[in-house]
Amino acid sequence: MRSPSTIDAFTLRRRPPAEKLTDIGFRQLTLVLAGSVAVILLAIFLTVFQGAHEAIATFGLRFLTSSSWNPVNSQYGAFVAIYGTLVTSILSLLIAVPLGLGTAIFITEDLIPRRLREVIGLMVELLAAIPSVVLGLWAIFVMEPAIRPALSLLHRTLGWMPFFSTEPQGPGTAPAVLILVVMVLPIITAISRDALNQVPVELRQGAYGVGTTRWGAIFNVILPAAVSAITGGVMLALGRAMGETMAVTMIIGNSLNFSFSLLAPGNTISSMLANQFGEADGIQVSALMYAALILMVLTFIVNVMAQWIVRRLSLRY
Amino acid sequence: MTVTLPPPSSQFQERRTLLYQPGLKRNRFNRICNAIAATFALIAILPLFLVLFYVLIQGGRLISPRLFTELPPAPGLSGGGIGNAILGTILVTVIATAISVPVGVGGGVYLAEYSSRGWFAQFVRFGNDVLAGVPSIISGVFIYGLIVATRFFFDQSYSAMAGGIALAVLMLPTVIKTTDEGLKLVPQELRWGAYGVGASRFVTITRITLPAALTPIATGVVLAIARAAGETAPLIFTALFSPFWPEGVFNPIATMSVLIYNFAIMPYEAQNELAWAASFVLVILILAANLLARWISHLTKA
Repeated sequence: MRSPSTIDAFTLRRRPPAEKLTDIGFRQLTLVLAGSVAVILLAIFLTVFQGAHEAIATFGLRFLTSSSWNPVNSQYGAFVAIYGTLVTSILSLLIAVPLGLGTAIFITEDLIPRRLREVIGLMVELLAAIPSVVLGLWAIFVMEPAIRPALSLLHRTLGWMPFFSTEPQGPGTAPAVLILVVMVLPIITAISRDALNQVPVELRQGAYGVGTTRWGAIFNVILPAAVSAITGGVMLALGRAMGETMAVTMIIGNSLNFSFSLLAPGNTISSMLANQFGEADGIQVSALMYAALILMVLTFIVNVMAQWIVRRLSLRY
Repeated sequence: MTVTLPPPSSQFQERRTLLYQPGLKRNRFNRICNAIAATFALIAILPLFLVLFYVLIQGGRLISPRLFTELPPAPGLSGGGIGNAILGTILVTVIATAISVPVGVGGGVYLAEYSSRGWFAQFVRFGNDVLAGVPSIISGVFIYGLIVATRFFFDQSYSAMAGGIALAVLMLPTVIKTTDEGLKLVPQELRWGAYGVGASRFVTITRITLPAALTPIATGVVLAIARAAGETAPLIFTALFSPFWPEGVFNPIATMSVLIYNFAIMPYEAQNELAWAASFVLVILILAANLLARWISHLTKA
């Protein structure tokens, strides 16, 4: 019988070469796969840049300010689309931020039973899951006819303002803004809800302890504590609104002419791409790639700013 | 020594009552804000009901066996179905999943298991967030420039393969992020235990940590698939459209989302109706996938 002091079982096992190779190989494989993100990003930028090269050389920075988009004599300027992209996304956020933030407060502060809050939260998440193209279909056949009388009224009463100076005749910028609101609302609500949920419970208790009302606590304590994450979420939603394609393409009217009026047909960079890319050739493809490059740079700036805001502005409790 | 308290003033006591006073300015303000928040929440969920109502009513009445087995009619004719588009959506989504899930899970494993705090992992995470923010139409433009215009696959331009790859680009960030975050939730003790009994790193990851993180990863993957199935913008000029049955992965293919877009803007009643029917099928599939994802994520919490 062996004595217990000689512990044979504990001699170090030599790792067989096959095992070592598998380990190293697996690590290298995952490294390559992780690196694919960087490769894809770079490839996207290079492909679009290379496609846009010809248009950049031909039109230069005039492309940003010229509003003529004329395939017949090959004159291209993306001002109408850039203006439309900025106007629709910013206007939709102006409407969606109060709505989304209000909804988020409603389902995080205990105004209603927990069960009901969860149901409303689930509904907002399901709204986010509905495909953009289905919302576009709904916008064409249901929403736009339904809101046209209201838009007509807006034109008759406020028609002296350049923003409402045309008679609404179907697709236009205003319905596109409204459908964008529907699309970004779930993002803003979800991110605001997470931000509000992460505010430490001690802050709430402290606020109520000194005798404030619910909305006193919300405006003076809870919202300031969550402001960085909410701002980051709003920026992410702005990026999403600028790049949103299908629903907007189907309802904005895809006009190539500039108009200040929100009731007239307009255009955005992404809807111009969706509309024209399939049939374009020659320098028009290049001009569209140039527009795509501008859209990429815009969304890139907005997204990086969003991440920077979240990291920079986060309060230390 | 005695402490003399000031005589209690009646006015003081009246103002500092602890009872709730509905008439106070701040309490009135409180009620107004409650009402506003409730109204905003109602407005926020209203579109879901309106969209679902019309999709279920307009699309639901067209549901019949023909819808799933027949081809769309030529413009001007009526009847027909969307069988080719349903098959096409499945095929393109399967291609996208087959590409993005292995790549994304592998990339997520590297981030969480091998280099959680390294500069490279931080850089990849940043790049992943940027990629997640790239508009879907840009993914279509990218694949058009890379694969369609260069006739990359057997001299074919538009193809189901190109569409699937464009969708994979969109799915990848979600899969990487959920894998990364799912693996980070796995307790460190599990890994130590595996190393302790002599398992290699490869065995630890594939047999211990990945199965332990299966639930969050599966949830993320199902959500990514649901989102990809409804995407249209990356497919319009990669997979294009086809009025025929799918002819393999290297030919243009019909998908439900592109069918909805094409048929919604046609001036024909029959096509518009098929667009509603396709919306019905698509919305039911996507909502079911979302509920499935929620169910999966509740499996382990309970």
